[in-house]
Formats: sequence, C-alpha cells, structure tokens
Amino acid sequence: MGSSSSSLNNVPDGQQLMQETGFSAAHLLRLYERFKFLDKDNRGHLRSEDFEAVPELSENPIGDRIVGAFFLPGQETVDFSSFVRVLAHFRPTEKNRTRAGAQPEPANSRNRKLKFAFRLYDRDRDGKISRTELLQVLREMLGMQVTEEQLQSIADRAIQEADLDKDDAISFDEFRKSLEKVNIDHKMSIRFLE
Amino acid sequence: MAALWPVPLLISQSLWACLALTLPDGYPEPHNGPPTAGFNYSHVDPSVDLPRALRVFSLDYHHVQAPFEIVLWIMLASLAKLGFHWSGRVPAIVPESCVLIMVGLLVGGVIYGVRHSAPPTLSADAFFLFLLPPIVLDAGYFLPGRLFFENLGTILWYAVLGTLWNVLGIGLSLYGVCLLAPSSLGDISLLHCLLFGSLIAAVDPVAVLSVFQEMHVNEQLHILVFGESLLNDAVTVVLYKLFESFLRLPSVTGLDVLVGGCRVVVVGLGGLFVGLFFGLVAALTSRFTFRAQVIAPLFVFLYSYLSYLTSEMLHFSGIVAIVTCAVTMKQYVEANVSERSNTSIQYFLKMWSSVSETLIFIFLGVSTIQDIHMWSWPFVCSTLLLCLVWRATGVLLLTAVVNKLRRNAVTFRDQFIIAYGGLRGAICFSLVFLIDDFPKKRLFITTTIVVILFTVFVQGMTIKPLVELLDVKRKKRALPTVSEEIHSRLLDHLLSGIEDVVGYWGQHYWKDRFEQFNKKYLRRFLIGEHHQTHSSILRVYQEVERREQQGVEETPPVVDAHSSSRPLLPEEMDSIRRILSRNLQNFNNKQMPAYSRHTLHQDLTTDKTRKPLHRHQSLTERCTYHTITYCPQRADGEFSKSCRGRARLSRSHTVCSASPRWSERPDSLVPAALNHTQPSYPGPAEEEQDSPQRRTQIERATKKQLSFILENEKPL
Repeated sequence: MGSSSSSLNNVPDGQQLMQETGFSAAHLLRLYERFKFLDKDNRGHLRSEDFEAVPELSENPIGDRIVGAFFLPGQETVDFSSFVRVLAHFRPTEKNRTRAGAQPEPANSRNRKLKFAFRLYDRDRDGKISRTELLQVLREMLGMQVTEEQLQSIADRAIQEADLDKDDAISFDEFRKSLEKVNIDHKMSIRFLE
Repeated sequence: MAALWPVPLLISQSLWACLALTLPDGYPEPHNGPPTAGFNYSHVDPSVDLPRALRVFSLDYHHVQAPFEIVLWIMLASLAKLGFHWSGRVPAIVPESCVLIMVGLLVGGVIYGVRHSAPPTLSADAFFLFLLPPIVLDAGYFLPGRLFFENLGTILWYAVLGTLWNVLGIGLSLYGVCLLAPSSLGDISLLHCLLFGSLIAAVDPVAVLSVFQEMHVNEQLHILVFGESLLNDAVTVVLYKLFESFLRLPSVTGLDVLVGGCRVVVVGLGGLFVGLFFGLVAALTSRFTFRAQVIAPLFVFLYSYLSYLTSEMLHFSGIVAIVTCAVTMKQYVEANVSERSNTSIQYFLKMWSSVSETLIFIFLGVSTIQDIHMWSWPFVCSTLLLCLVWRATGVLLLTAVVNKLRRNAVTFRDQFIIAYGGLRGAICFSLVFLIDDFPKKRLFITTTIVVILFTVFVQGMTIKPLVELLDVKRKKRALPTVSEEIHSRLLDHLLSGIEDVVGYWGQHYWKDRFEQFNKKYLRRFLIGEHHQTHSSILRVYQEVERREQQGVEETPPVVDAHSSSRPLLPEEMDSIRRILSRNLQNFNNKQMPAYSRHTLHQDLTTDKTRKPLHRHQSLTERCTYHTITYCPQRADGEFSKSCRGRARLSRSHTVCSASPRWSERPDSLVPAALNHTQPSYPGPAEEEQDSPQRRTQIERATKKQLSFILENEKPL
C-alpha cells in the first residue's frame, strides 16, 4: 500500500477532516470506504434510504432518530464530511489533552457527546426535552408491552428527578447533571475509532 | 464502642462447648446413678446387661456423640462469629477469618491441654466433600455475571498463567534453597518441591472472599481477584495430582509432562461441561416445580452438589463444575420458582456458606495445635518470601501484557492489591495432608500452616490500611435513578446504531449470539410458560396477597429528603428498571465492551436488584443509601387513581409497605420485586405530614434489626 497520505487524497477534504475531527488517516480511509459502501448508487452523498438499508439499524428502536441525527436541519443528504463529523463524536475521549483556549471544543468531548445525545431527544431543537418528547422516546424504546400508564409514570418520574427548575421539561444542563455519574466516555465511544 | 457485656457470655458459652468437646473420650461410663428401689448394684459389673431398676435421670452420651459434637463445633463457630460482630472495634481492624482462627487456636489449645493429645484435625475428605462446596456454590450463585464474563479473559489469564508461573517459580526456587542447605533439606527432591509449590501457590477463594468483602474495593478488582481464586483450582488440582503421580512413577518422561499439560485442559473443560449439564437439568427440573414449590430450593442444592461430586469422581475440577452449574441455572431457576423459594435459596446458600467458612477457619486454628510440627528456618522463611515475590512479579508481568488488550487498564494500585491479596487458605492445608508420607512431610505441613497464618493474619489485617493508603477506587454504590436508566438505555441503543452504521463488529459478537440463542431456545424450553409473560395486574395482586400472608409488619417507611414528592419504592424502581430492560426489543446489539445491552438487563436483575448478600457485610448497609426511598401507607384513593380500574387491589393493602426485614436490603428485594411490574405512586400529601415521625419510627425499627451491623462500617 502506498503511504496513507496518498490514499487520503481520494478522500474529499481528507486533511482538513483529520485535523478537525482528530481521526487518523487510516480511520478516515476506513470510514470513507464504509461511506462508499453505504452509498450504493454512487452519488457521493447518502440519503435516508441508504441508512435504512442497514438491516440492524432498522430494528433499532431509535433507529430513525439516529439516522436523523446525521442530517443537518433542512438537509436531505449527508456528504462525507458531515458523516465524519457526526461520527467524530464517538471517538473515545483523550485524557490529558490540553488545548489552547481558542480551539473549539473537540467533537468527542464529554459535553459534545452529551449534546449529541440530547439532540436525539430534542427533535424540535428548542433546547428542552418536553414531556411529550420524552414519552415518544420511551414509547419507541419500550415497545408495545408497556401500558400507557406505566409509560406516563416512568416519564413523570424521570422528569421529576431531573427537573430542577420545575418547568416540567429537561434542559441540557439538567440532562447533563442527571448523567453525571455515568461514564459517558465509555458509553458513547466506539473503541475502534480511537 | 458497643457494649462488651455479651462477649463474656459468649466466651463462657464457647468454653463450655470446648469442654464438652474435650470430655467425651474421658467420660466415665454413665452407670453410676444411685440405685433406686432398694436394689443394690454396687457389686454388679456395669457392663453386664442385667435388668436395672428405673432411674429418674440417666445419661447416655455415646448414643448421640457424633452429631452432638458436630453440632457443638458448629455452635462454637457461630457463637464466635456472633461474638466477633458484637465486639466493638475489633471488626475494623481484624478480619473475621483471623478472629476465627484465633478462636480455633484457643479451642485447640484447650483441648490439647485437657486431653494431652492432638485435637481433631480437619480431614481432607470432610473439607473437600462437605465444607468447600457450599462456599463455592454461594460464590457461584451470586457471581456478578456481566462483570465476570467481561473480564473472563483477564481472569483466565491470571488464573491459568499466573498459577503456572507461581507454581514453577516457587517450586524451582525452593529446590534451589534445598540445594543450598543440603544438611537439613537435602532429601527434598525437585518433584517434592514442585508438589509443594503447586499446593502453596494457589490463592484461596475462601480467604480472599472473607477479606475482600470487608474491604469494598471496586467491582472490577473484586471480580478479578475473586474469579482468579475460583478458577485457579483447576490448575492447582491438576498440577498437584500430576506431581503426585509423577512422584509415584519410577521416572518422568517428556511424554508424561505433555500428558500433564493436556490434563489441565481436560480438567477445566470437563468441570465446565459437567457443570453445564447439571445446570441445565436443574433449570429444566425447576420448570416443573410449581406444583410442589416447597422443595424447589432443594433441587438447586442437590443438583449443584451432584455436579460437584460427579466432577470430583471423574477427577475434573469440582469447583469449576459447581460454579458453572450455579451460573447456568440461576437465571432459569429464578424465573421459574416462586419468590419465597428464591429467598429460601439465597438465605440457605448464605447460611451454609457462612457456617462452612467459619468452621474451616476454626478448624484451621485447631489443627495448628499439633504434635507433628517440624521447623526449619530457611525453608519456612524462604517459602514465605518466595510466595510474595513470585506472586508480585507474576502479577506485574501478566498485567503488563493484558493491559494492552483491555479497555480498563488494571492500574498499579489494583495490581498491588491483586498481588497482596493473594491469601492462602484451607485448600492448601487439606492438600498438604493428602501428600503421601515421606520424611519431610511434617515440614511441609508446618510450612503450609505458617504461610496460611501469615497471609491471613498479616496480609489480611494490613490490606485494608494499605488499600486506604493507596486509595483504591472504591465501588460506587448509589443506585441509578430512573433518568439515568432511561438515558443509559438510549445511549446503548445509540451506540449500537452508530456501530451498525460504521459496520463495527465488536468482541461481543459471541455474547450477543448467545443471548439470541438463549432467548430463542433456552428460555422457551427451560422456563415454564406461565412465567414467561408478565401480567402486571395479576402479579401485583399476587404480590399484595403474598405480603398479607407473610404478615408483614406494617412499619412506616422513611421518606427521602431528596425527592420531596412521590418517592419511589425500591420495588417500583426495580419494576421500572425491569420494564426498561425486559421490554426492550430484541435485536442484534454489538456494544461497547463494558456495557452490552443484552447482559445489562440480566445484571440489573442480578447485580443491582439482587446485590449479593455479603456474608460479612452487614445486611443493612443498603439501608443507609439515601437514594432508597420508601413510600408510606398510601391512601386508597391515590392508589386507585394511578391504576384506574384495578379495583381488585383491595383497600387495606398497600403495595409499598416496607417491613424492617425488607428494608434491610432494599435493592435486593428479589421476591418482592420479581414480579412487580406496576409502578405506583403514593400521594404526596400524607407523607409530608407524617414523615418526621415515621422516619424515627423506621429508624428504630431498622435499628432493631441491625444486630449484625458492624458499627464502624460506613456506607461508602
């Protein structure tokens, strides 16, 4: 194989993406190959049908939310850089990494990861997880075997626990606070993307 | 400092037990009762079987001698344990095993002093056949499954390779020492040294458990040490038997060594399969026990013990078999049998293993008082030193390799604890007695005893301060909240989805495949139909009925200050958690190493809702969780509001009443929570009024139950 940088030339904006997301050249290449594999019609971008072709994803309870997270608001297609930028959230957090204050927060920081997860709930992007949004997610996750009342109770309970300013919705800060004991880096990192 | 007054009482009772144990051999024939009814027996030989007059009292000790003595020993052990927990600050400093050994030493000394002969020793048969299985079964049944299997590679690495390293290292070095001191140790051959190395290198699960349980290290470390101590039995037993058979052979060839190597594999795998077989059979049997629920727990014990005996019969590793059996049958049995049977199983397991362990340590102490000691400074001291050195180097080297493959590296502090926590115990002791007799056998026995005592006392007592010194990461204890649960689930799904997008096949491919297989075939086959679906109303109703039948004391529970309105019962938390986990749709999930979603739900029902009842840990540590909340007696109106139309739940029952007994283990309310899928919320109004009063009441109630608490055991 040639040197990684020469194969990287095939990847659109390869160098820039590497810098921005922190992926290594090898990873980026791998992701590009995966992108091309998903892009069955060779259009250069992915549509939601391409995502839905992944069989396991269609069985995932929140599969459509995950797919939706790849698409920027208003966009119908995902090009490679957006693809990579979303996946950059799932790199394991590097410890002991110091960055200059001016640099933007890396995509795989704990905060950014949590924001990504938050946006899964908060589809209307109003900055809060309302009761209805939470109920929707719960319904998707819990399927048919739970009664409506149980769902309501669980949602009630969750909001009650997390909601500190009593506005009956979960803001991002409250969301982050309720997850402070969880090892987000562990839960939201794909190891092989290190 | 707790009141010390029970201690003298217990000591006196123990001494009485000792004396009773020392008397039998010297007890005169009980025919000295005063003659009654005018018959004169002074010239009659008591051994002649003549008709005698009726006596008011007579004593026939020999009739009951054997069971009487056994009971007395167990009584002694239990009283010692009781006294230990009552004795103020002692538990903080000295682990229970040490105290028990000291009691054993005392009793042994007393017996020796009275009888002037060696006290009864722990026979290897009694140990391996009766005393060891309950402990290992208990360990296997409460094994945290998810953690264990995630770390299985590392555990096997330490267990197999580490033990091999230790055995060979200690054996060869000891041989070197013997060569250096030919005058006193010259007649110990290489094979003898290797044999000795094989029995002394093994870390003992009993000793390790007893010390680590009191220490609350983080789960990963605990499972590493514990798992290693369980699994190295296979290697130890094989090597021991191997070297023993080599000793009997006229000569040893390379082929024999190769055969020996194969035997290690065979022993381990054989034990595994025997355990699997019996576990599955037990699961299947439990499916049909719903018509005779009272004997359901018996099957658990019978099958486990049978698996142990069978594998011992076939010269496989009994420990591996019984652990496998327990792990295999657990999920199916728990689903199949009633809650009371589950409780019975757990309590009996804990009780038997506790008694066993106590007896083992006491006998260790008693057996130390022997006539047959032989001392040799160089041998003993070098053994001690070598054990420590080889274990330390072994752990360091192995960890250096295994850290490259693990996500959570084993830190240096963890390594120190693993190395230092390698306690030897009764297994070594029994094995050394089984050696064929040869001139230096007594030396081996003495050395083994010294090593055991050293590791248990010195290492056991100092490990806690050292741990605190090194600030090992402690287990996090608080239970997750509902929000955490939900969000964690979401994140699991998210990660799974992203992995699918990226096309990542994680190392849990096999685990997921197994889970699918499990769900599709095994669970359907092994779990009775009426247990497979949830009918929440029925279950809640049954639960309520059950509680009424148990005559649960209705004590007002504590209200958590954290959440002022609508606190949740532990059962409710459990049920919510179980709803979240059990009702998740099945799909192939390739998850991060530590958090596979498929095993998470089992772990929720095992790890979190059924925290193992640590034998030494007081049952009430859980009580001091501030996240656990209880709901007070609910108004009927409130209840019916939250479950409209469920009028079958009769008015006088409150689903969330908490008895003091249950309150001790709120997160292990297995029976209560097992079928309780209905979260219900109490009304806020009454609680706030009565909460302070009820809080004190529940505190008083729980304090009553806290007789086993070690005062200085603080929640961490």
